[in-house]
Amino acid sequence: MPNATLIALIPLLPLAGFLLLGLFGRKYFKKSSGIIGTILLLASTVLALYTAYEYFFVYGKVAGSYQEIIAFNYTWLEFSKGVSIDMGILLDPISVMMLVVVTFVSLMVHIYSLGYMKGEERFPTYYSFLALFTFSMLGLVISSNLFQIYIFWELVGVSSFLLIGYYYNKPSAVAACKKAFIVTRFADLGFLIGILILSYSSGTLDFNTMIDTLTSSGSTQAKAAASTFLGASALTWGAALVFIGGAGKSAMFPLHIWLPDAMEGPTPVSALIHAATMVVAGVFLVARLFPVFSITTPGVLEIVGWVGAVSAIIAAIIACTQTDIKRVLAYSTMSQIGFMMFALGVSGYGGEAGLGYTASMFHLFTHAMFKALLFLGAGAVIHYVHSNDMRDMGGLRKFMPITHITFLIACLAIAGIPPFAGFFSKEEILLAAYHNNTAIYYIALFTSGLTAFYMFRLYFSIFWNKTPSPPGEGRGEAHHSEGGFSMMMPLIVLAIGAIAAGFIPFGHFVTSDGTRLESHFDLQFSILPVALGLAGIFLAMWLYLKQNERPGKLTASVYGFYKTAYNKFYIDEIYLFITKKILFNLIGRPAAWFDRNVVDGMINFTGNTTAKVSEGIKKVQSGKVQSYAIYFLLGVIGLAVLFIYAWK
Amino acid sequence: MNIEPGLYHLLFISGALFFIGVYGFLTRRNLITILMSIELILNSVNINFIAFNKYLWPHKMDGLFFTIFIIAIAAAEAAVAIAIIINLYRSHKSIDVESAEELKY
Repeated sequence: MPNATLIALIPLLPLAGFLLLGLFGRKYFKKSSGIIGTILLLASTVLALYTAYEYFFVYGKVAGSYQEIIAFNYTWLEFSKGVSIDMGILLDPISVMMLVVVTFVSLMVHIYSLGYMKGEERFPTYYSFLALFTFSMLGLVISSNLFQIYIFWELVGVSSFLLIGYYYNKPSAVAACKKAFIVTRFADLGFLIGILILSYSSGTLDFNTMIDTLTSSGSTQAKAAASTFLGASALTWGAALVFIGGAGKSAMFPLHIWLPDAMEGPTPVSALIHAATMVVAGVFLVARLFPVFSITTPGVLEIVGWVGAVSAIIAAIIACTQTDIKRVLAYSTMSQIGFMMFALGVSGYGGEAGLGYTASMFHLFTHAMFKALLFLGAGAVIHYVHSNDMRDMGGLRKFMPITHITFLIACLAIAGIPPFAGFFSKEEILLAAYHNNTAIYYIALFTSGLTAFYMFRLYFSIFWNKTPSPPGEGRGEAHHSEGGFSMMMPLIVLAIGAIAAGFIPFGHFVTSDGTRLESHFDLQFSILPVALGLAGIFLAMWLYLKQNERPGKLTASVYGFYKTAYNKFYIDEIYLFITKKILFNLIGRPAAWFDRNVVDGMINFTGNTTAKVSEGIKKVQSGKVQSYAIYFLLGVIGLAVLFIYAWK
Repeated sequence: MNIEPGLYHLLFISGALFFIGVYGFLTRRNLITILMSIELILNSVNINFIAFNKYLWPHKMDGLFFTIFIIAIAAAEAAVAIAIIINLYRSHKSIDVESAEELKY
């Protein structure tokens, strides 16, 4: 059986790091905070790997399928018999996988930040925030009930807010962190209502019990959940609302607007939070409640699938036009998460039908590797060039050989070129989509071609394109190396991950119902996506390998569409219009008027009346003893008269 | 001429004494005089107690005890009052009640 203490230590070590560095870092660990944070996380990572090994190979498998094991459960708040808020650890294939992903990527980012953030004024604060985030994310993935997941969900939200706003003297960063927080909070409102509906209809917050009661037909709870509201069952509403929360966190259309702006944070943070871990929390949430999603009618999974597909293609189109390299990566993240979402959407529960589920988790795993690598590589480039704009770059392959090679590996992985990791997971996703929803399949196919195109547009723009100008000329480089050991080591490790992660037989470990799923590759099926990917790469090569007129001509020929995509389909503007023009004028202003005139008016009226009356009667308090005596005497006489004549 | 005093005679005396005391309390400015007026009021109460005790419950002693208590308390009260008056005199150089009216709104 699992050792609960060791598993509990995985999130608790970063928490200890957060407290230590947050409280004492600025005073005592000014220089050493990075090392402390990294060592604590290294211990966490080792424990996570050990747990994963134990779970997958020693005790997790019972009678051929992986079990959901409650390693630890503590009743935190008990409202009544059976209704309580617990704190627990739930081990199942996805939570164990996420433990490994989160600790591993976080460790890489910790190491990378040692070099990247060196000399920052708030270095200890940065590491304490990183530790807080890691703690929250680890707590989220091992949560055993919905309420616990909600607590950690908000905690990752707040640590994301803190880290985006790390450069708090930069107005754009401040705006970005507020935007990220407000948009995700708005989505979390849906999540909270969804939790209430689901827990009300199942009578519990616990995942396993909830899934059992809701999925076993004929139980009283299942019947209660089938009661309808606005044409959909309570269960459907609950699942859909939970999905809204997940969509907000995972930057799904139309709640994605915060993710590109979130790139204002330090680049390693973008790699950790906005690429590999936090933004996939929404996917994780849907996967966690997958049995509930899969039985809802009309299918919430269909919504999940379409939202994912639409997000994937919109983000891919926008990514083709952006020039800020981090924004390209942000949109590519959104697009890839769209892939994971619709993979869940086209999946069914159990057996062969659960291919999409496995594919989604597989893609989550590989994506964490290569996207973190892309961001860290981009961070190295930004560190070197001191600019985010790809027009300031070009020809960097001579100066940054390691970054160049690792970036290329990551680009090949995300483009789905065999034998890199992205190929395997994307093939499974496409296969699942092909079998279940042809429309989504074609969207996905087109998107994966676009993915290859925009990633290689980025790659060629950074590392080829212009004739390389030697460092120090006109760009103001303060240093000539591409970054120290601490920055290159994570790149190399993640590059190995991006190559090798695809060969893990994922279907053997992570499936919707725990049983083994053989992945079968159909060579004929793979030809089309790979060919499209290669076509995208060659198109990007033709346009961007050397500096030429072609990209300019191309954009001019589809100028209207290009401009729309460049401006992100004006979704931000639509939001601004809705909030500023409609919400402010129709709700905000009347509410402000009501507040100022009615609510404040009532308070002011009572205050003024009291002041006036007291002004009138304060003369009574004259300070003259004898006038007090007269009042007293009159009072006594009055009482005497009252008692003698009136009080019978 | 030997008139046996009745209850009403005594109540009349005590009532007169009470209102003389109240009048003195309200009209005098000198604190010593005010204190003396308070003694008059207290003594009117004493007379009431004695009178009621003698004419209504002649076999009981409660009224007498109350009177003795009131005399003792009046003595203590006089001591406190005179101490206050002396302090007032030290700070205000006067024992006029009008001169001590700082404690107002």
